[in-house]
Amino acid sequence: MTPEELNQAAEREATASTVHDHVVGVCTSTACLASHSDKLKKEFDAAVKAKGLKNVRVKAVGCCGLCASGPMVYVESKANGSSEAATRTYANVASEHVPAVVESLGAAPVAALACDTTQPFFTRQHKIVLESSGVVDPERIEDSFVVGGYQALLKALTTMTPEEVVDTITRSGLRGRGGGGFPTGLKWSTVSKAVGDRKYVICNGDEGDPGAFMDRSVMESDPHRVLEGMAIAGYAVGATEGYLYVRAEYPLAVKRLKLAIKQAERAGLLGANIGGTFFSFKVDVRLGAGAFVCGEETALIASIEGRRGSPRPRPPYPAASGLWGFPTLINNVETFANIAPIVKNGAEWYAALGSGKSQGTKVFALTGKVLNTGLIEVPMGITLREIVYDIGGGPLPGHTIKAVQTGGPSGGCIPEAYLDQPVEYETLVKLGSIMGSGGLIAMDDTSCMVDVARYFMEFCMTESCGKCVPCRVGTVEMHALLTKICEGQATMTDLEQLEELCEVVKSTSLCGLGQTAPSPVISTLRYFRDEYIAHIEHKTCPAGVCSGLKSGAVKAQEVLA
Amino acid sequence: MPTPSPRVAPPSDDKRWRLVEATMRRYNFAPAALIETLHTTQESFGFLEPESLLFVARSLGLPLSRVLGVATFYNYFSMKPQGEHTCVICLGTACYIKGSGQLLAQVEQELGIKVGETTPDGKVSLMGARCIGSCGLAPAGVFDGQVAGKMASATMLAQVANWRAA
Repeated sequence: MTPEELNQAAEREATASTVHDHVVGVCTSTACLASHSDKLKKEFDAAVKAKGLKNVRVKAVGCCGLCASGPMVYVESKANGSSEAATRTYANVASEHVPAVVESLGAAPVAALACDTTQPFFTRQHKIVLESSGVVDPERIEDSFVVGGYQALLKALTTMTPEEVVDTITRSGLRGRGGGGFPTGLKWSTVSKAVGDRKYVICNGDEGDPGAFMDRSVMESDPHRVLEGMAIAGYAVGATEGYLYVRAEYPLAVKRLKLAIKQAERAGLLGANIGGTFFSFKVDVRLGAGAFVCGEETALIASIEGRRGSPRPRPPYPAASGLWGFPTLINNVETFANIAPIVKNGAEWYAALGSGKSQGTKVFALTGKVLNTGLIEVPMGITLREIVYDIGGGPLPGHTIKAVQTGGPSGGCIPEAYLDQPVEYETLVKLGSIMGSGGLIAMDDTSCMVDVARYFMEFCMTESCGKCVPCRVGTVEMHALLTKICEGQATMTDLEQLEELCEVVKSTSLCGLGQTAPSPVISTLRYFRDEYIAHIEHKTCPAGVCSGLKSGAVKAQEVLA
Repeated sequence: MPTPSPRVAPPSDDKRWRLVEATMRRYNFAPAALIETLHTTQESFGFLEPESLLFVARSLGLPLSRVLGVATFYNYFSMKPQGEHTCVICLGTACYIKGSGQLLAQVEQELGIKVGETTPDGKVSLMGARCIGSCGLAPAGVFDGQVAGKMASATMLAQVANWRAA
């Protein structure tokens, strides 16, 4: 498909859609699917068919963001003759509401279901990565064409040299969205300069952090965006093959990515001679099999090669010697999803967003003890308080926010007092946490920080691959000490030992998993030492979580009632 | 290039072995196909039996130790048959903060088994998940492949009890 053909395809699709005065979009992402939105979509189909409405299109779309209020449905209606569409968003839509919603097309909205899209949850977001999520049907490539899909790829192939693409990414200031924040342009230029008979591009979709589902949403809602980013990367660094490594726990993402690859190949946007140029790029999906450590790049490469996911010491970095020993570019799903808009709109446009050394936007999975949970995308530099209180709607009634956890098992807890700090890579590190891949979990007065630290240590202990001693043995020992504290059996000597172990494991482990495993402990000790002391000296759990201990000021919350 | 033929005969004339062979053929019987092949095997047979591992090892020309090493390294692969029904409770951070730990303890008590085990009558397998990515619906679980969000203790225990009675 040449640029002209792509434009024609987009126009054809846009013209075809003008017969539809109303578009009913039903979210079919995982969270809404759990509330049976697939059934809901069929019921809308049937209702529209039964009424013989030719001007209505029922469309399955990706994640709309406000997962807590699913299933989400939106209705886009054009007033008579006008090309401007007005959108109504409905939340918590059930089967019995289908007739009313269909009846309301072209009339007054169904007030009972209306979801206020003027609330900060919607207005405070800035969508780049997620701009087409919830808009396009992830299973139809034509839908992507209408919103400009693959335009950036063809622009790069026909008007830019690979060096210019790398330069654009470098100047945009984009940094790795997997959590580390390594400058993406620098990585690309290293791989492009590396010498090898072959080069590979790998997309890391092994989103292992518990409490994070950004990458899953992007892959499920807008798979073409990820593929386009990978192909542009392939062109920039000189690779002709790419692998998408996805967790086996994400069957829907796998299904949609495989379908998207087929569609793109058929359209001539992946495979041989893309867009009539000399550039060829093929992408294959590889399944993970449930190992957190495979998010580490060298372990991921081992897994793609069909081996146990054990990391190896670096250097050599994958940029020099990666998959099968060839230079390899590894980026995270969200990083790749940022590429097409940057190429399309230019580096300056992207660099203008954000603050400090953190440019662009970041997608967060906002969960935990806040009113609005779901998927959000915010400009870098926004404060944590705005995220938790404005977008998240603040704590649950009768409670107060105690801390925010970012970065999963490799991150830390940031106490309420520091919520006015901006979301930037450096700032979060200074606060003892990390940006992480995007899990953002709010904790309130019913969360015990020692228990949280123990929870993450249990995770790291189980997920340690066992290759290096500090991580394999250290995590077990630290977990035992934390359990002792939670059970009220510990002494102050145990606490000293715990702190010492944190340092040892942090500085001597082989890979990121072990090096960051102590982070949740270190950060909770830094800000919530009093809770540790209460457990040890007073045999009291202030949050009332640890059974067997007296509960402190707060009564144990009936979470399950 | 001629299509390579399988080097070893399947352990039985069970038709499901054809699916396994098809996967290996797609990757030209390359050792790198190991994980994909184990996925297909588990999908087809429900779990990985010793004879399956032996067949895969011989077909791909890999030492059995390597196949067993991979099969036991990854959490997703199971060497034990599953019960008639499966109950997975998500223990991801968001779910844990919202009390999935207590939910799990209640189900364990109700079934009289620990997480990772199957009831002696083979009816129900109980598993914990690292994170099923439905954090917006915490606490979440998966009952016989269906994701359930915002789980309440009573409905969940009733579901499990129903399975056992059936």
